[in-house]
Amino acid sequence: MDTEILARIQFAFTVAFHYIYPPLSIGLGILLVMMEGMYIKTKNPLYEQMTKFWVKVFALTFAIGVATGIVMEFEFGTNWATYSRFVGDVFGSALAAEGIFAFFLESGFLALLVFGWDKVKPRTHFISTIIVSLGSMFSAVWIVVANSWQQTPAGYHIVREGLSARAEITDFWAMVFNPSSVDRLLHVLSGAWLAGAFLVISVSAFYILKNRHLDFAKSSLRIAMLLALFASLFQLFTGHQSAIGVNENQPAKLAAMEAHFDSSAVGDLHLFGWVDEKNKEVKLGVSIPGLLSYLVYGDAAKPIAGLNSFPKNETPPVNIVFQSYHIMVAIGFFLIGISVLGVFLWWRSKLFNHRWLLRVFVFSVLGPQIANQLGWITAEVGRQPWIVYGLLKTSDALSKVVTAGQIMFSLILFAVIYLFLFILFIYLLNEKIKHGPEEPETIVSEYEKQKFIFEK
Amino acid sequence: MEFTFDLNTIWFILIGILLAGYAILDGFDLGVGALHLLFKKDEERRIAINAIGPVWDGNEVWLVTGGGALFAAFPDVYATVFSGFYTAFMLLLFVLIFRAVALEFRSKQEAKWWRQMWDVLFSVASIVIALLMGVALGNIVTGVPVGADKEFAGSFLGLITPYTVLVGITTVALFMMHGSIYLVMKTEGEIQQKARGWVNNTIIFFVICFVSTTMATLVYFPHMTQHFKDTPFLFILALLNMLAIANIPREIHHKKEFKAFLSSCASIAALLALFAAGIFPNIVISTINPDYSLTIYNAASSQKTLSTMLTIAIIGMPFVIGYTITIYWIFRGKVKLDKMSY
Ligand code: HDD
Ligand code: HEM
Ligand code: HEM
Repeated sequence: MDTEILARIQFAFTVAFHYIYPPLSIGLGILLVMMEGMYIKTKNPLYEQMTKFWVKVFALTFAIGVATGIVMEFEFGTNWATYSRFVGDVFGSALAAEGIFAFFLESGFLALLVFGWDKVKPRTHFISTIIVSLGSMFSAVWIVVANSWQQTPAGYHIVREGLSARAEITDFWAMVFNPSSVDRLLHVLSGAWLAGAFLVISVSAFYILKNRHLDFAKSSLRIAMLLALFASLFQLFTGHQSAIGVNENQPAKLAAMEAHFDSSAVGDLHLFGWVDEKNKEVKLGVSIPGLLSYLVYGDAAKPIAGLNSFPKNETPPVNIVFQSYHIMVAIGFFLIGISVLGVFLWWRSKLFNHRWLLRVFVFSVLGPQIANQLGWITAEVGRQPWIVYGLLKTSDALSKVVTAGQIMFSLILFAVIYLFLFILFIYLLNEKIKHGPEEPETIVSEYEKQKFIFEK
Repeated sequence: MEFTFDLNTIWFILIGILLAGYAILDGFDLGVGALHLLFKKDEERRIAINAIGPVWDGNEVWLVTGGGALFAAFPDVYATVFSGFYTAFMLLLFVLIFRAVALEFRSKQEAKWWRQMWDVLFSVASIVIALLMGVALGNIVTGVPVGADKEFAGSFLGLITPYTVLVGITTVALFMMHGSIYLVMKTEGEIQQKARGWVNNTIIFFVICFVSTTMATLVYFPHMTQHFKDTPFLFILALLNMLAIANIPREIHHKKEFKAFLSSCASIAALLALFAAGIFPNIVISTINPDYSLTIYNAASSQKTLSTMLTIAIIGMPFVIGYTITIYWIFRGKVKLDKMSY
């Protein structure tokens, strides 16, 4: 295999593995704020029990997120040196801002969140929980800005020519608020909230089915349900905004997402199907005529740019983009469905009566994880063959001095190590779930403790 | 080259400060890791780990931010070094991963073999990280083969020379010394007694390494001393460094652990400043032709980016330093184990 393919496989594999954890941390972070907020307000030890249990899970996802994240930061230089030279001026500043504004904040206050229970007052502890949660969202801001810039470059000019060409910033804020960054940031964040919410829903539903820790589980599930309802609806809205943006800025990607080949035709919306790239048609599918045009332009009769209007070497692989996009959307509707149903039953006080629904909840944790991965595949494969859209091709972006053998070697090691990490992660998560939360009687209330810690 | 205090120079200094922050902060937790297996009882090992527990992750962020800042300010250096040292960086990544998860996973099971396995990984990873960092620093001194196209033209094995390995070992010794002083500061009773003994031994170890490295540098890499001839006042740095190191045993003897620790921090900072003064204004010296060297001018981002980033740093860094100090303050005092501990 050549260097390019190997470098791409390695990047995709390591970043996809990394992306299992940040969404969990971001989503759990928000839920921790909600739970501890309830504790501060009501002083009910149940909420304290909840917060302390989920903090432990949070610490676990966070640790692996950090370990795998450092890999990503180095990999731009190791695998994509030419790209790094090209974008350094623009992209590096977002990465540095991420360190200064987000990572320091998260990791610093994480110390208080996990180890600080006896060191500070409950209110101060609550504030550090809020800061950790905000910090994790800030890190999403900067990395998504950087990624969005390479999808829809803005606020730059190109200096020098040929091999030593590079992009330089002319307008920092235009770079930050490039055409796709806001839409994509909101979509990524709410995808992360869904990941956290459905983890909590899944574990809680499992306890209820097993008749264990009932108060704890019911209460956790309700809190997560609220977040799930909001985030799943918001996900549809922001996803729709993104699709409109993609049509404006990356028409070839939108055409691939819906396998739309003919520029003179109106856009149909496929519910599902299999793309025959040779004959340029969608097989075995069901589609709604004109709906894509309607969704994008508000006019079902307006044609949409098709893949045939782009040079052949400037279109992405169609079927991968099509399938990942459609499965993501399908999962999105599924999550909306079970969230709405859950809240409805809660309102009728029947949320915990249906064992089948609880079983669905147990498995629902996979939904957001799969959709998050597929979403990135849609966005990143859909961007091909460009690494920086319209400016630099992926095949030109490689490190010149790195050999295929070197990458193969490190790729195999990554595969082994990550497999090992993943097994351990699942094993430890399972242990934590089996162990369950500390029983309320054995927890000394933080407010009680405070009396003797802070008596002076 | 003339010294002008422009944006490029400021960024050279700022990245130096970030890396010094990293060496000072992560230095002590790497040192604690390197010494870890010398503790035999589980209880002792837990105390050692919990002494760095709340802070090691924040310490590592100095490296992450340093890397980001290097990418942003000197993209050519980032690209050349990271792709050129490919195998070395992959090794570094693997040990960084193992170290981070070892800390988190170790405490999750009681079984003896489980803990022993993670303890060994944690300790070996800490030593290898320090060693690799030192070897990298050594290569900055010796220079590496960089061609006219700014690309690295050497091999992984070419990076490992007696001199660079010597710098690597010196770094391990330095961090061990730094870590043992930190342990004396954070522990009490029997453990503290042990750590006290290590302080003395590691200081001797470090001083031997340090003197050999200095001699080797003076003999084989005289370009490092060029600036010292032109600007004699730089000798103050060397002097400060000596004084800081000499001060450590004194403070330990008087049971002023915190002051000893500060001295140790100061000596690390002074050491890095010596290095920086030696290579300035180069960042990567080319052994093929000095004209191919990557300098703070030919490898830099645009002036616009350098000034935008300076604004970001001026806004962000005071906060970072402020709450870093606050958090260290909150976790001051001797380590006590509780339910949330590792
Ligand atoms: C800031 C930049 C950035 C960010 C936030 C992401 N990516 Fe990306 N991605 C790249 C920058 C990038 C890249 C450096 O530009 C790559 C390497 C090769 C390429 O074409 O783009 C890439 C490739 C790439 C590929 C392979 C596409 C191909 O080669 O055909 C996949 C599947 C992903 N990414 C997936 C992800 C996932 C799951 C992410 C979530 C964290 C993610 N990307 C975030
Ligand atoms: C390819 C692009 C990416 C790079 C280079 C990258 C880089 C990093 C690095 C270096 C860390 C470790 C920081 C530390 O030591 O604390 C990290 C962690 C993290 N990253 Fe990424 N990251 C990428 C993609 C993303 C995306 C897309 C998101 C969010 C949407 C994200 C969110 C986070 C979060 C929240 C953390 C903190 C650790 C955690 O919560 O698990 N990252 N990332
Ligand atoms: C409900 C229907 C949904 C629609 C209409 C939708 C739409 C989109 C579109 C158009 C993109 C590509 C944006 C681009 O390339 O710039 C995208 C990307 C993405 N989607 Fe979705 N999505 C939906 C549901 C979901 C769900 C449920 C999740 C996860 C829980 C999710 C996670 C992602 C992620 C992580 C990305 C990549 C980041 C980005 O490019 O914004 N999506 N989505």
